[in-house]
Amino acid sequence: MTAFRSLSTAMFKGFFRERTALFFAFLMPLMFLVIFGLIFGNSSGNKTKIGVVGDGPVVTALSQSGALDVQRYDSFDAALQKVRGGDLPAALAVRGNEIELRYAASDTVAAGTVQGVVGAVVDKANLAATGRPPLIRLDSGQVEDSSLSAIQYLTPGILSWGLATSAIFGAALTLVNWRKKQVLRRIRLAPVGTGTVISSRLLVTVGVSVLQAVLFVAVAMTPVFGLKLAGQWWLALPLLVLGSLSFFSIGVLVGSFAKTEEAATGITNVIVLPMAFLSGTFFPLQNAPGWLQAVSQVLPLRHLNDGMVDVLVRGKGIEALALPSAVLIGFTLVVGFAASRVFSWEDS
Amino acid sequence: MSGSTIVADGLRKRYGDLWAVDGVSFTVGEGEFFGILGPNGAGKTTTLEIVEGLRRPDEGTVLLLGESPWPRNPKLLPRIGVQLQASSFFERLTAREQLETFASLYGVSRGTAADMLELVGLADKANTRENKLSGGQRQRLSIACALIHDPDIVFLDEPTAALDPQARRNLWDVLRAIRERGKTIVYTTHHLDEAEVLCDRVAIMDRGRILAMDPPATLVRGLDAPTHVMVERGLLTVAQATELPGVDEARDDGVSLTLSTRRPAVVLSTLAERGALDGLQVRGATLEDVFLELTGREYRA
Repeated sequence: MTAFRSLSTAMFKGFFRERTALFFAFLMPLMFLVIFGLIFGNSSGNKTKIGVVGDGPVVTALSQSGALDVQRYDSFDAALQKVRGGDLPAALAVRGNEIELRYAASDTVAAGTVQGVVGAVVDKANLAATGRPPLIRLDSGQVEDSSLSAIQYLTPGILSWGLATSAIFGAALTLVNWRKKQVLRRIRLAPVGTGTVISSRLLVTVGVSVLQAVLFVAVAMTPVFGLKLAGQWWLALPLLVLGSLSFFSIGVLVGSFAKTEEAATGITNVIVLPMAFLSGTFFPLQNAPGWLQAVSQVLPLRHLNDGMVDVLVRGKGIEALALPSAVLIGFTLVVGFAASRVFSWEDS
Repeated sequence: MSGSTIVADGLRKRYGDLWAVDGVSFTVGEGEFFGILGPNGAGKTTTLEIVEGLRRPDEGTVLLLGESPWPRNPKLLPRIGVQLQASSFFERLTAREQLETFASLYGVSRGTAADMLELVGLADKANTRENKLSGGQRQRLSIACALIHDPDIVFLDEPTAALDPQARRNLWDVLRAIRERGKTIVYTTHHLDEAEVLCDRVAIMDRGRILAMDPPATLVRGLDAPTHVMVERGLLTVAQATELPGVDEARDDGVSLTLSTRRPAVVLSTLAERGALDGLQVRGATLEDVFLELTGREYRA
């Protein structure tokens, strides 16, 4: 076996034999997926409710519109009671061709929504009854893939964050631990080049990243989460590798100047958490001030994130890889060079 | 010396204001078991690190097998085996996997791992992970890792430190077995008794300097220290004992009667004539006495 292969094997074994590392690499991102899925995923909970008494084409159309959460009531009085009590924004009763709508003006947003939706449905029914074609046609639709839901945005973000965390921690802690336990020194005393040592660790980082991504996407694609991949999802692979490279370079830089595992952990946290927030991993950056968005442009996580959303979800082609790849490669070169300057085999 | 495997000449190394190594010169011949002794902080490890090529001396030169180990000399690396003070294992690998990994770093076949486990008496621990090994087993595995590529020179830095007496004895057997393979061994220790048993030649270091360098027996004999003859108390009184020919001093500590002499033959035969040899123990000087003589202080590791 070559030194490269055996060093990689040794590190893979060391990694897979540690439960904590496995948890952070594989389960933690899934945990975040569940948590954020619960927070953002259940969008029907955000719909405005309306109490309905009676039946007819208008009620059917309301139910099908998906804009309101239609709840049936036996008597209009009972529904009105709820509206007055503030438990329901509005109530609607159908008596033949008469439709009575009552709303609580205290909640202006809900009141506006209910009036708008009910008015539109009633107008449409009236228009249909005349048998005339509409004068003005409205064609509306969302710009994203029709299957788009919260999970589509969450998955690439959380995945990128998961990759960043385990790649940076992994590289930094290995270096610090090896220096402290004199494994680096021991390797230095064997006829093995620095390139072999670094590249074998890099192989482990990339390998773990790919495994993380496969597991994470596989779970996200189960019906529970319902992720749907865009056609050219495999374009995410080169991004994944380049992203791992740039995180690896951060890890090596941290591991080069941190003296203890505790210091390495602290420094890594200080890097990863702000980077995750600034990169729009957990929530979008649109409302952030301009200068903050500018700062986020130098972060590898930001570009990995953007690139992944583009190819995994938005269905963009290979051209979407150009900018993220360029930034990731550039970042790796700059940070990697810095790491090579501060790297030391020995503690003192 | 012809066939000198190691030649260190005038080594000096300074840390801040302190000369950790202050003018150290020695040579080690092929197949020799050479010990560097001294208390903690004497400069043993730094000396070893300079010789191994891990540190650059501020002054002086080192030649290993005719080559300079500094800067890192890849030609030399396969010919030296180093056991470091930290056990420097790969995390969570078994004993065999450690050896196989190190074997491949030297391009040695993985089969060698089994031989090495046998040599250091860890064959039954082949599948045990490094963190489950005892202190003595870790040290033996660490030595096996240093030997995996069959080097000509083996450097061992305090291999018996922090081991219990039984583990130390086991390790001695390993060290003797290595020596029988014809390796040149340089090792540091602060156990003077151990060096006396194992080494062909020792250098006693203190405060960065070599105070004496010779075979242990030569150093001890050179002391001209008295021999202590001990017998059960009650066979003779202190007064009687002091009268005996050859006895310089007699002492009764409540358990034994101890006679100091520079003519042990005379004292022993006199005691034999009187039938007063019950519980006999004879103790010559040790390297600790040598250290005391050289430094004027009691030896403390």
